[in-house]
Amino acid sequence: MKPFDILIVGAGIVGSAVARECALIGWRVGVIEGGTPAGGATAAGMGHVVVMDDSPAQFALTAFSRSLWQRDSGMLPKSVEYENRGTIWVAADDEEMAEVHGRQKAYEEAGIEAQVLTAAELADKEPNLRRGLTGGLLVPGDSVVYPPAAAGFYLAEARRLGAEVFLARAMSASQGQVLLSDGVSLVAERIVLAVGTECDLLPSLPIQKRKGHLVITDRYPGFLHHQLVELGYLKSAHKVTSDSVAFNIQPRQTGQLLLGSSRQYGNEEPRAEAEMLRRMIERATEYMPGLEKLSVLRVWTGFRAATADKLPLIGPAAGLSEDRSLWLAAGFEGLGITNAPGAARLLIDGMLGRASAIDAGPYLPARLMEPARLAHV
Amino acid sequence: MSELLSVTINGATNRVVRGTTVAAAMLLAEQPSRISVTGEPRGALCGMGICFECRAVVNGIPHRRTCQILCEQDMTVETSR
Repeated sequence: MKPFDILIVGAGIVGSAVARECALIGWRVGVIEGGTPAGGATAAGMGHVVVMDDSPAQFALTAFSRSLWQRDSGMLPKSVEYENRGTIWVAADDEEMAEVHGRQKAYEEAGIEAQVLTAAELADKEPNLRRGLTGGLLVPGDSVVYPPAAAGFYLAEARRLGAEVFLARAMSASQGQVLLSDGVSLVAERIVLAVGTECDLLPSLPIQKRKGHLVITDRYPGFLHHQLVELGYLKSAHKVTSDSVAFNIQPRQTGQLLLGSSRQYGNEEPRAEAEMLRRMIERATEYMPGLEKLSVLRVWTGFRAATADKLPLIGPAAGLSEDRSLWLAAGFEGLGITNAPGAARLLIDGMLGRASAIDAGPYLPARLMEPARLAHV
Repeated sequence: MSELLSVTINGATNRVVRGTTVAAAMLLAEQPSRISVTGEPRGALCGMGICFECRAVVNGIPHRRTCQILCEQDMTVETSR
């Protein structure tokens, strides 16, 4: 078979976004998916496109990526359910309100619109929140999407531009060659691993599974207008040891409410756990007591691909592998949907040696190599 | 003769025999129980609480399975939208 310019392993939202970018510059693209396209972390997540300021590098990547979502929003098919809902970070006390002011300044300095809401303004925007909350930070440019459909759109675009999709498992990927479970062997100049939490192809990938639970309700149009996240979220999301829950709720286009969130390390059991669900729902009803009367339709779990420093791996696998043909687009934890379009751009800029819109340095995989490997580079 | 109850379905008063389920009353009144996400009218299918197609707003409470509820005097029922 004629060599490809690039082979992408994984047709989740990240792999699909990379495929589209590569097809757009006229490359011969092959995408390999061993399961259902967009059936892993992409299908499990909320689909919150959000600017996160928990570190300068995360801030830069999420802001850049969100601008690409906004740019593409007009061409997304209806099935993607793109809705510019905005995020409200909810403050429950004076300490969190002080944080609201600090973050508002940081967003403003970065050119991201953000408004401080008083307690009264918050109650006006979201009447189902309990009284007595201190206020919030409204980030109007954030949005909601349906991730499997978004990934499907990227992949369809790539195919329209000539990309080929191989529905088979990649058994090995090295030195520009990928062997598939159906016996086919593909050759390319570069291979991208966009594998989520599945690290068999490169066991040195520094990725840990971080389990999450989600709950979806029946349809209650008008109950909720923005995506709401408690400000304590960053505190709980960054705990790396114990299990944590945080109030995080999203309005879907159908009127359904998608309720999160939980984080667990060291738990690779995909079963939904009653205790985590109980804690999540209890936390949510502390903020929105009316939730107690609504019906839940379904609960599920998923695994985020987490790295030690909370930043994704975007770039050559150098430092983690000696194989010069291997590139990575992995380890997005809870921000794979948001960051997929930005990551695709950074990766291709790196391959072409062209300048990127933001500094790609903080996401280069080599930063996470072990000291023992460092000596050999 | 069986006792008749008066039930308001989507604003119109209907007389039904005591013992009638809300789902049956909605079918008699030719009113859909709910409108699907894509805008289609839906009504009771299984009639035994399994399929959830007969959900409607009963006395202001959304998503009640009407095949599992008996009509009561002065009940109000609305199509779920």
